[in-house]
Amino acid sequence: MEITPELYKDMTDGSAPKSKSYINIPLAFLIGGGICLIGEILLNLFEYFGLEQEEAGSWTSVILVFTSALLTGLGWYEKIARHAGAGTLVPITGFANGVTAPAIEARTEGWILGVGAKIFTIAGPVILYGTAASVVYGIFLQIFKFFMK
Amino acid sequence: MVKALGRGVFQMEHSVSIASYAAVAGKKEGDGPMGKCFDRVEEDSHFGQKTWEQAESRMQQETIYHALEKASVKPDDIDVILAGDLINQCTSSTYSLRPFGVPFLGLFGACSTMAEGIITGSLILSSGAGKRCVAATSSHFSTAERQFRFPLSYGGQRPPTAQWTCTASGAVVLDTETKNAPKITGACIGKITDLGVTDANNMGAAMAPAAADTLTRWFKATGTSPENYDAIVTGDLGKIGGKLLLELIMKQGYEINPCYHDCGAMMFDADTQDTHAGGSGCGCGGSLLCGHFLPLVKSGKIKRMLFMATGALMSPMLVQQGESIPSIAHIVEIVSGKE
Repeated sequence: MEITPELYKDMTDGSAPKSKSYINIPLAFLIGGGICLIGEILLNLFEYFGLEQEEAGSWTSVILVFTSALLTGLGWYEKIARHAGAGTLVPITGFANGVTAPAIEARTEGWILGVGAKIFTIAGPVILYGTAASVVYGIFLQIFKFFMK
Repeated sequence: MVKALGRGVFQMEHSVSIASYAAVAGKKEGDGPMGKCFDRVEEDSHFGQKTWEQAESRMQQETIYHALEKASVKPDDIDVILAGDLINQCTSSTYSLRPFGVPFLGLFGACSTMAEGIITGSLILSSGAGKRCVAATSSHFSTAERQFRFPLSYGGQRPPTAQWTCTASGAVVLDTETKNAPKITGACIGKITDLGVTDANNMGAAMAPAAADTLTRWFKATGTSPENYDAIVTGDLGKIGGKLLLELIMKQGYEINPCYHDCGAMMFDADTQDTHAGGSGCGCGGSLLCGHFLPLVKSGKIKRMLFMATGALMSPMLVQQGESIPSIAHIVEIVSGKE
């Protein structure tokens, strides 16, 4: 009997177990929410001790990014992320992990062509399209302001 | 000499002996259900080296030394070494074999390399071009992750169809003299098969059609059926690929379930080791052939088996270009030397 790609696609679709969304989604919510809660607590603490809102926000980011990079270096972030999925990917800690992980790994190829060249292999798309999106946003904002005058 | 039975299918007229075999594995594999079958389990995944690539080479080198020692031969007694791995330019093998000074053929067949090496070695011995060959292969979780997927400490979630590249290596010494040893009696060279699977996280599904094709060709050319074998063993189809192979081969009219084993499904305990669909990599089939199945053949518990190593000939670049994943599977028939 001839197995066509179409028939085989039906067979593989039927055989692949589905991701356990009933576990994955609540876990992503809880851990992702937990990271944001820590951020919110830090922000409020900084404001309580007299920092301006913008400065308090910057310090919160710095601490979250540092902690994420440290946990990545210790090999703990991936263990949390294995269960948290998008919960650890979406907050700023996920971005820090995406920069730190390739940097650590590329150490064996040296500082320039290793770390230097490979540090943004994962974060690159976020940086490029994040910047591009902010340019587009800026243009629209200017046009909007021009007509609202 | 050999007798051709069909395109790419042949039987050895004077069988080749597997004089010795050895397997070395990493800690996770050692902690798994097959942990006791390896000659050595290394706790340090760096194998005392500075880089992951050096670690894999070191592991392969140690495996070959173990096999040579068990056959009581030295590198100078080997006519040709056949080795391959998953890493670009087969560097795990070339750097592993750099100090040996033995004629070398590098092989690439992704995870099918162990069977490819044994087939090539058997043909070299049958032709009289050499008296003694070594076939070896290895894979390392960390070198494979770096090359094919993400950095190790990157936090990502693996889908349930994903497989875990084994840190393991297997090596055999082949000759034409050793008595009372497992014999290579035939082989089937696989065809590149592609039924359009594009998901690099479902390699088992990509490889199953290649396995089904090779197995069907073997049964037809030799006139044998699954009942003739005590074991039909695939390299690393994993749980999903293994299930698909059983379905595909059933559609060709063969029921292999009673004697079917898959090294990828055997290697880990999926519930406690977080390995999803099972193990994969050249070293998966290679190490369990050498650590688990060949001792059973030698003792006569398995009288006749088929070892079919399966390989997904996958390149991350071509998958990104939208290509599907071509696969291959080669069969080696192994018979107990016990009278």
